[in-house]
Amino acid sequence: MREAAEAATAPSVLHAPAIRRISNRKLTALLTAVSALVLLAVVAAGAILAPDAAQTDFAQKNLAPSLAHPFGTDWMGRDMLMRTVAGLSLSILVGLLAAVASSLIALGLGTLAALGGRRADAVVTWLIDLMMGIPHIILLILISFALGKGFWGVTMGVALTHWPSLARVIRAEVLQCRTSGFVAAARQLGVPWWRIARSHLLPAVLPQFLVGLILMFPHAILHEAAITFLGFGLPPERPAIGIILSESMAYLSAGMWWLAVFPGLSLIAAVLLFDAVGSGVRRMVSPGSAQE
Amino acid sequence: MPRFIAGNLAKFALLMAATSFVVFFLVSASPVDPLSANVGQAALANLSDERRVALEAHWGAGVPFWERYGAWISGLAQGDLGTSLRFNAPVADVIAQRALNSCALMAIAWVASGVFGFVLGVAAGARRGSKLDRAVKAYCFILAASPTFWVALIMLIVFGVGLGWFPIGFSQPIGRAAADVTFLDALHHLALPAFTLSLVGVANIALHTREKTIDVMASPYVRFALARGESKLSVILHHGLRNLALPAITIQFAQVSEIFGGSVLVEQVFSYPGLGQAAVTAGIGGDAALLAGIALVSAVIVFGGNLTANVVYGLVDPQIRKGAHHA
Repeated sequence: MREAAEAATAPSVLHAPAIRRISNRKLTALLTAVSALVLLAVVAAGAILAPDAAQTDFAQKNLAPSLAHPFGTDWMGRDMLMRTVAGLSLSILVGLLAAVASSLIALGLGTLAALGGRRADAVVTWLIDLMMGIPHIILLILISFALGKGFWGVTMGVALTHWPSLARVIRAEVLQCRTSGFVAAARQLGVPWWRIARSHLLPAVLPQFLVGLILMFPHAILHEAAITFLGFGLPPERPAIGIILSESMAYLSAGMWWLAVFPGLSLIAAVLLFDAVGSGVRRMVSPGSAQE
Repeated sequence: MPRFIAGNLAKFALLMAATSFVVFFLVSASPVDPLSANVGQAALANLSDERRVALEAHWGAGVPFWERYGAWISGLAQGDLGTSLRFNAPVADVIAQRALNSCALMAIAWVASGVFGFVLGVAAGARRGSKLDRAVKAYCFILAASPTFWVALIMLIVFGVGLGWFPIGFSQPIGRAAADVTFLDALHHLALPAFTLSLVGVANIALHTREKTIDVMASPYVRFALARGESKLSVILHHGLRNLALPAITIQFAQVSEIFGGSVLVEQVFSYPGLGQAAVTAGIGGDAALLAGIALVSAVIVFGGNLTANVVYGLVDPQIRKGAHHA
């Protein structure tokens, strides 16, 4: 997108542009807002449609996609479009909850590592190494297994495994801010530590934290879907995307491709939208690119 | 060098001790009751009291956590990982039997995705802004947003069910004696899972290599070489590659953990009898010993990847090789 904008501005240096261009910042803001709205709409629609999505109609089972059923119907005559929207809504909510919890862990541990002295730093760093030492999926299976699967198993699993990278970012950010000139000046002036934390550290770290939080959603949603797909996440009666896809496996060899294709594409679309929101917010809040 | 080895051994021991504790803690925190998970509801209701007590004793129900952990660790030190409930065989045997399948799958996917991703990244970065660059970028972004198991499902639909080129599951033809299975059969069954896993692994290394290539192409030594009249291809081959290889190697070794995770999902979709599928079976079936064993093996593999990265780094980077820095 940026290349396109550059290409549009390049020849118009010497004379006024023929078309009044919308500034990139506004465009980014618009794109971000629209993406966020679409996601919100999906969540709301899913919550409203959930009862209808479970409606069976055996006169209409195993239908290929058509105008009446754009995503087709499954072996119980349920409309796949409604099931997909309801599933996406549920997956987004679980991902949201897990990502928020995980980013709070990251904030706590990252700050502790940066401010708690060398020993705390070593402990947190080692904890991160330990978390990275077991593949994500295996750790998710273990945590979900420990908590008896289900909603809490998958939410806690995702929350407990996704913090390391954001914790590293926050640690670096706090360290950099703490050694900066304005904090040293505030210290010399005798400002108490809690006021330094509130008025100097927080504003510097908050943007990074928010962006990290938003960019964690896609990972959280994908891992939620994966772990549910494997059978460790949400129970089969909840219409999560992972459930829809794992159920579809039994019908693929019968040629019912639409059961897997459309729900998967919708999931990818949701992930890309979250990514768009995250990158948009990052571009607007980080000083380096805010004016682009 | 001896310091390097000793340091890594200590690191490995510490990491494994912590990992084994975490794994054992998680596995034993599970609310799965060994009795109800393995005996079956009807049989459980008819179980006599003596038999129930005997079975509980057999599975160690009611033994304190530390005692069980101690017993497990001392067994572990002697190479005894316990007995798998689902496969009714020693865990070590189950893992050894399946590790071959998994290792073949992961090795192929790891090498293929590394080479393919590196080439794509260099090609895209060298011709920044071109159609090729945009195509590579779009491919990587979409792939990074796609769930691995869904990509595997699509592969299965297109190449397995639709075109019928590849079998839709397992590691050998159904209904044939193991002795009659040829190497070609095994390869035929391995192809689609390995291809899927390679496809998914490309995104990360391609994007990183692309960024790095853009940096390298903007560097003074590349500009000088170009000004001297060297062709772009020659510049990339003689000046670019040696600077691009190092970060790519680091990323690809760090990718081992991701490839292992991906293999769990891919094996599940293709019913491919590897470690990942065994882990899922163990987790769903309440087979704590096998699940713990596989988790430990995965940690060893990931550590091996990181260690190899460090060693290769030392061999490739002249600064480290001459002992100037120890990263």
